[in-house]
Parts: sequence; structure tokens; C-alpha cells
Amino acid sequence: MTDIIGYILMVIGVLFDIFGCIGLVRFPDVYNRLQAATKCVTLGTITLLVGVALIDGWSPMSAKAIICAVFILITSPTAAHAIAKGAYASGVELWEKSVVDKYAEEVEKS
Amino acid sequence: METFALIFYIGLLACCFLCLYRIGRGPSAPDRTVAIDILGTVIVGFCAVLGLVTGKDFYLNVALAWALLSFIGTIALAKFLEGRSFDD
Repeated sequence: MTDIIGYILMVIGVLFDIFGCIGLVRFPDVYNRLQAATKCVTLGTITLLVGVALIDGWSPMSAKAIICAVFILITSPTAAHAIAKGAYASGVELWEKSVVDKYAEEVEKS
Repeated sequence: METFALIFYIGLLACCFLCLYRIGRGPSAPDRTVAIDILGTVIVGFCAVLGLVTGKDFYLNVALAWALLSFIGTIALAKFLEGRSFDD
């Protein structure tokens, strides 16, 4: 039973990875690409690792998989935040159909 | 198990090639940084699948080390893009 749940989780994870990478190729802007790819690929990889841990049962491999999942859950949003701030500071333009830019308003106000 | 493994390999390899397309094509440096970060996360998942299929658990050690190094490299590139030095 846990094997079946693990395989279902792994298939869901690979599907989320594929959708995130399609978003990385298809979206028009650095910021759009960042939000699509980071969220989808983080969820997909964590689901994949949890599926691996469920299939393998109580073993060192599943312990390492859980540690890896927690690590990715902490570090991936941090890296995305740092890249977004760095991209804005290095002067990348927003897409021309973007409607709002709150960060520029905040910088102008302060 | 083997047919399942083939499906997972093909899906994750497609992800890797899409990321490589963005690394080669991306018009600016932040695009390439985003794609490198995503490629590292996909490869961590790939290592986990390899460890499950082959039954050898040193692939998970590779995955842990890869996640750590990918995070550090991405943070360093982001600080470089922001135009600050590394000690503030």
C-alpha cells in the first residue's frame, strides 16, 4: 500500500517538475520565469523525495531523502528571493505588459 | 519497477534539457542564474530516483552535497548581480 502511494507521489513530482521547466522556457520575463519555475520545481522535488522515502521504508536512504527535502524547502525560496533582488538591482526591465511595480514605489518613497 | 524508472528518467531528462535551453539562450545574466538554480534542484530529484532504482544509497549523499553547493553558488551569484562585495 505504501508502495502505491509512493509511486503516485513520485509521478506527481515529476509532472510538477516538467510543468515548472516548461514555465521556465515559455514565460516572457525574468520575474515571471522565477516565480513559475521556483514554486513548481520546489514542490515537485519535495514530493519526489517524500515518495522515495515512503517506498524505501525505514532505512538510511529514506532518512537522507527526508533531510534533503527539508533542506530544499528552506533554501529554495531564499535563493529565489536573492535572485529577484539581484535581478532588480542589476537593472533588468519588467515585461512591457506588467501593470504594477511595488518595489520601485517603495524605493522612491524611502 | 524498470518501466517506472524509464518514465521517471525521460521526464527528468526533459526538465534538464529545458533548463539547458534557458541557460544557453537566456538574454540576460539573471535568466541564466535562475536556470542554474532550477537545474540543481532537478538534479537532486534525479539522484534520489537513481538511488531508489539501483538500491545504492550513496546517490543520496551526492544529492545532499549537490543541494548544498547549488544553494551556496546561487547566493554568491545573486550577490554578484546585486553589485555588492562579498563581505557586507
